[in-house]
Formats: sequence, structure tokens, C-alpha cells
Amino acid sequence: MKALILVGGYGTRLRPLTLSAPKPLVEFCNKPMLLHQVEALAQVGVKEIVLAVSYRAEQLEKELKAHEKKLGIKITMSHEEEPLGTAGPLALAKGILSADNEPFFVLNSDISCEFPFQEMLDFHKNHGKEGTIVVTKVEEPSKYGVVVYDDTGRIERFVEKPSVFVSNKINAGMYIFSPAILDRIELRPTSIEKEVFPFMANSGQLYAMELSGFWMDVGQPKDFLTGMCMYLTNQKQRSPERLYNGQGVHGNVLVDPSAKIGKNCRIGPNVVIGPDVVVEDGVCIKRSTILRGTTIKSHSWIESSIIGWRCQIGQWVRMENVCVLGEDVIVKDELYINGGRILPHKSIGTSVTEPQIIM
Amino acid sequence: MLKAVILIGGPQKGTRFRPLSLELPKPLFPVAGFPIIYHHIEACVKLPEVKEILLIGAYQPSEALNRFIATTQRELNINLRYLQEYTTLGTAGGLYHFRDQILAGKPSGFFVFNGDICCDFPMVDMWNFHQQVQTGDHFTMLAAEATRKQSLQYGCLAENEETHEVLHYVEKPQTFVSSSINCGVYIFTPEIFSHIGAVFLKNQADVFNGGDNINPVRDCIRLEQDILSPLAGAKKLYVFKTTRFWSQIKSAGSAIYANRLYLSLYNSTHPERLAHNNDNGPKIIGDVFIHPSARVDPSATWSIKLPVFYAVVSRCATVLLRSCPNVTIGAGVTVGPGVRVRESLVLEGATLQDHCCILHSIIGWNSSVGAWTRVEGTANDPNPNDKHAKIDSSTLFNEEGKLNPSITILGRNVVIPPEVMVLNAILLPDKELSSSFKNQILL
Repeated sequence: MKALILVGGYGTRLRPLTLSAPKPLVEFCNKPMLLHQVEALAQVGVKEIVLAVSYRAEQLEKELKAHEKKLGIKITMSHEEEPLGTAGPLALAKGILSADNEPFFVLNSDISCEFPFQEMLDFHKNHGKEGTIVVTKVEEPSKYGVVVYDDTGRIERFVEKPSVFVSNKINAGMYIFSPAILDRIELRPTSIEKEVFPFMANSGQLYAMELSGFWMDVGQPKDFLTGMCMYLTNQKQRSPERLYNGQGVHGNVLVDPSAKIGKNCRIGPNVVIGPDVVVEDGVCIKRSTILRGTTIKSHSWIESSIIGWRCQIGQWVRMENVCVLGEDVIVKDELYINGGRILPHKSIGTSVTEPQIIM
Repeated sequence: MLKAVILIGGPQKGTRFRPLSLELPKPLFPVAGFPIIYHHIEACVKLPEVKEILLIGAYQPSEALNRFIATTQRELNINLRYLQEYTTLGTAGGLYHFRDQILAGKPSGFFVFNGDICCDFPMVDMWNFHQQVQTGDHFTMLAAEATRKQSLQYGCLAENEETHEVLHYVEKPQTFVSSSINCGVYIFTPEIFSHIGAVFLKNQADVFNGGDNINPVRDCIRLEQDILSPLAGAKKLYVFKTTRFWSQIKSAGSAIYANRLYLSLYNSTHPERLAHNNDNGPKIIGDVFIHPSARVDPSATWSIKLPVFYAVVSRCATVLLRSCPNVTIGAGVTVGPGVRVRESLVLEGATLQDHCCILHSIIGWNSSVGAWTRVEGTANDPNPNDKHAKIDSSTLFNEEGKLNPSITILGRNVVIPPEVMVLNAILLPDKELSSSFKNQILL
């Protein structure tokens, strides 16, 4: 079977992290975002994955070669010269996707959840129509587009940002299609939600499958952290042995074995610590991700932040309110960073008391 | 024989020092480990001619004041009395009202000090100058140099460079007069009372001669405007300029500044107050003052300049001070491991829990700061590049009605929970915070 992952463009919402690495390679819970999806696809027997990319294709390709071998899976780049939207990439990869006349998966690259690929396959084969969309329940549906479907799952219509309550189910960004859909899509910038799905729904060719379990679009920092919390909660249930159990841990914490944590620290709840990270004595970290190679000096306090690779955080530093630090940022001792977005290779010598971008 | 009078004001004065002055009369607030006016008294004692010191103010007698007087009298071996004004009498009215007590024992002259200043008082030099500058009855005032812009906030005087006479004196002018400013330290002879008396009688008469009947301050005589200004240019008033440090203490921020000035003075005046490294004691880096009866854990690491009274410092406490050594830690304070304190005062009985960070703040008596909490203020020190720059006492709010960033103050008994941030805030006594608090006053 095959899959297409819509990686897309610049990943601007996750800057400054995406200034140093393409978004699919940014580590989410200590594993490149893309790899979460690729591994789950490999598990249900997908043998070939096409990455629809419009930016930095070469770097991605190089990084993924290693994983190809390990998973026994073929990864191909479909490089869009101009961004083709959410449907165009399917047309571009038509050759590969239609090769074996089997249903294929299409995923948004920013999704984190317990991937229900086997259920999707079963559900799709059961109704036998052209497409299945996974939907998920959200608390505030009017922020998104909602999906309206009947008891069998057949989708009736989509409503974009409804002002009155219509439904609380939204498109979760995961699909499974029969190759017939490719006839509907032209090779030009096309939105699958606006230009393809409505027609399919009208002819009764589109079905909705409800996702159980957590779901998050982790394409921006605030949601990245929320998704991280959900993922860790899920890990606690599924594979609690992966979570960290050392001194000073509170709640769900993921720590790479090569990381070093000092004495009298308080780590967690909801913390991810990457490889080669050094956390000195007396540090408190909550609801944050610390990427590879960073050092956090003693007595600092960090909450709701994403700290990039190879950063140096001084002593008695306080960081909160969704700070995002790019690669190789130095924060001097005793500073206060409130909601700062700091670009790579910056050295910060004064406090950032109100959320702002530091270039 | 000489005397000294210190004008210590009353509860209606010194309001910019709240909430700290809600607890304690401002003159008794500890700076560099001792009450503000203790430094005045210590300086007076250096001049052996001074036989008695009188405190004049409008405070009700209180335990703090009584205890201060009793202790200081004993420690410094000098007569010390407190004379309470019956109502606000102004900087000259109080002197006039208590002229009999001041003149008791027939002193040839007396010093008068404003209570709310910090200074390296040049007592001996000023007295010598006073005796030499003229033979007849005359008065001397102490002056310092300010920047042109800041001089407008003080009393400005114009000096005859040769005779050192004050030619002109005006309090807080609106346009530039002179960069020489009045320090609030004077030497008077008994003749001053005839000048003040004349003003007193005129004020009283005015009430009945078609003056303002409802004038509530008829007993109030201001030294600067009512006495000194008219005396300028009359060959009566002389000025002694000093280049030693001098600052007003109006706001809490200036208390921290004064703390630093007095601590640096200890290097020359009281080097024994500074601690030294020895094998059995705590590790000392920089200038540290430890009271002889203090108990400091030998495994503590201090690199601070501070007076410590009976402080209890736990193992591995790191109260660090890098390039700005300026910390005072009072008696009975508990400092947990991994605490960082810089440019701050921690008053008696306070507790600083593990890993917290205190910057540019005053932690009030018996307050407690939770683990990993950050208490931070904004310093408004004078420009270090200009040696005549003085500390600004700006208003509490700016033109847009927002709180001007300043030293963070925790009043008595304030409880700050762990892991929060207190920034540029003023918290009144007995408050218990539940979350972070920035740029606000908590009543």
C-alpha cells in the first residue's frame, strides 16, 4: 500500500525552529514529527510513502535515507515547483499512487494522535466508496470547519467556521482514498477541502470515521506543547516503561537516555528532554520540550517553552508563556523571558518582559 | 560645647517610602545594617564637642523609637532625646518650639540635620570651616554638586567663591539657578532663633490682620523658604561644599542606593565590619559584614557585601553577588540552598526558599518567598557615568497612568507562593499572593 504525506512549505508557524530544520524533522517527543507517522504507516503494511514537499526537499531526502533502510520502506519526494495546495500534490504523485490500484493514505504532516490506520482501512473497505475522512471531536468547532454526516458515516456537507452549533466533529487531516479520486484532481494549486470534497459528498462518495483518543495539530508552538501533553498521557497508558522514572520527576516525563539531570531538580509534569541535554542542579521544568544538546544551568525555572537544539540557558533564568528558542541561543544568567520567540544564534543579555520576537 | 538636632519628620511625611514606612518610622529603616539616623548619630559622635543629640519629629512615641534611643544612647555613649512636635511645625518651626531645650547648657552652636539623607558627613571639616570663615554670628550650610537638570529638584544656592557666602538661595526653582544644592545639614548659632522668632511672630499676627483665617499651617515655619532665602546675601549664611557622597532617601529605591553607599564607606570607616575568609568559617568572596554574634553555616558560600545578623543560612546556599555587591540581610533571616540575591534588602525574619531569585527588591519583615520564585524590581540608580548625578525620585505613575517600573517592595508578612514571578510590584503588608503579579500595587 502507499501513502502521501502533505509536508508542504516553509513551516513558518513553527519558526524559529524551522529556520534550522525542515518541519518534518523537528523532534516531537524525541522523534522527528514525520517519523511518528512513517512508523505507524509501516506497521499496517504501507511499503511506499510519497512526501509532497515544496521546500528543502534535498535536506529531507538525505535525512530520511537512514530511516528508509531501517523500516524497510521506500520514501519518495514529490517536489512541488510551485505550492500545489492540499489536492494538487495528489495529482503530481498520481503515477505512484495509482500504480497498484489499492486504496492509499493521505495525511497532514502536523497531526499527532494514535494513528488508526488499520481501522481506517477496514472502515474504507467496508463502505467501498471513494473516500474516508477521519474526524475528531473538538471543544470549539467554530474555530475550524465541521463535518456533517449520517449514522452510516456518509458525509452530507461541510460547514466552514459555523456561527451556530452544527456539529462538533472536524476534519482530522487523515484520509484514505480509492485511486478513482485521482480522476477528480487536476495538476494545479487545488484545495481538497473546497474543490474536491464537496463534490464527493454530493455524490455520496465520502464517509467519515470518528477518531477515538487524542488528536492535535502541532504545527504551532502553543499546540505543539498541548499535543506533547496529550502524547505523554497516551504513553502513560500504552507504554509506561518509556517514561522517565528518576529522581525529581513529577507526572509524565520523557527523557532520552543520554541526557543528564542534576540533583534537587523538579522535572515535569509533561516534559520532554532530548539527547545530550544537560540539566544542572535545582532546575524546575514544566510543560516544555528541550531539544538535543541544550544545557540548562542551575536553579532555573522553565514552563511552557520549547528550547531549541544546542542552546545555553544560564542560572536562575525564568522562562514562561510559550517561549520558543531557535538553535544555539544563549540566555545569560538571571534573566526573565516571557513569551519570547528568539531566532537562532542570538545571545540574550536583557530580560524580555513582554511577548515579542527577538531577531 | 555643641549639640546636634536631627529632624525626623512624622507619619504624614515620608509617604513615598510606604509601605515600608507603614511599619516603622522611615528614619529607623535599616540601611547598611543600621537605622538611617544611626549613621547621622555615629557621625556626630566623631566630633567630641557634640554633647547631646536631639531628635525632633511628629511621631508618637513607639516601642521602636524608644528602643532605638535607649540602645543607641548606650552603644555610642551620647545623650539622646526625642522631642515630639504637637503638630507639624515645619523644618524651622520645630527648632523654634524647642529652642529652650536646644539652648540648655549654653551650647555655642548646634548642627541641624534632615533625617532622610545619607551622607559621609564631614563633621570635623565643616565645624573647622564654620569657625574660620567669619568672626561674627553666622550660619553654615552643607552643599553638594548636582547636574543642571536635577538641581531643580533641590534647594539651589549661589556662592561667592572667595568669601563662601551664600548670595542667593531658592528651593526647587523652576528654571536653572545653580548646580550647588542644599544637603540639609547646617550649623547654627543661638542667634538663629531671633530670625525664626521674627517669622513666627509675623505668621501669628497675620492670622488676625486680615490674613487667611482658615490657614491650617500657621504654626509651620519652613527653614528653607522662610529663613534661609531671606538670609542669603546678608553676610550671615555661608556654604561648605563637599564632594563626599550624599543622597536623599525618599523612596524605597533610594534605600538600596544608600545601602550601597554606606557599605562602601565601611571599607574605610569600619573595616572590622567586613568579614574575612578563614578555614572554619563560610567561604567569603568580596566584602561581607557579619555581626559578631551571627550564626552562619560554615558550608555556606557567600560572595556578597552585606551585614548579616543572626542569619541562618543552610548548606550550599549561594547568595551570589557578582559585580554589584549590594545586599543587606537582616537578623533571623533564613536563606535556602541555591538562592540568588542581588542589589536587594532582606529584612529581619524573612525566609527565602530554595532556588529563588531576588533582584532589586526589598523583602519585608517576616515575609516569605517560595521556591523557584522570582522577585524582581527595576533599579533607578543615578547615571554612574556622571559623578554628580543624583537618584531620581520620580512619581509612582507615569503620564499614561501606568506604574513606573521601580524597586519591588514586599511589606511585612507577605507570602509569595513557589514558582511565581513578582515584577515591579508593591505589595502591602499581610498579603498572600496566589499567582504571578507584575507592574501593580496590591493593597
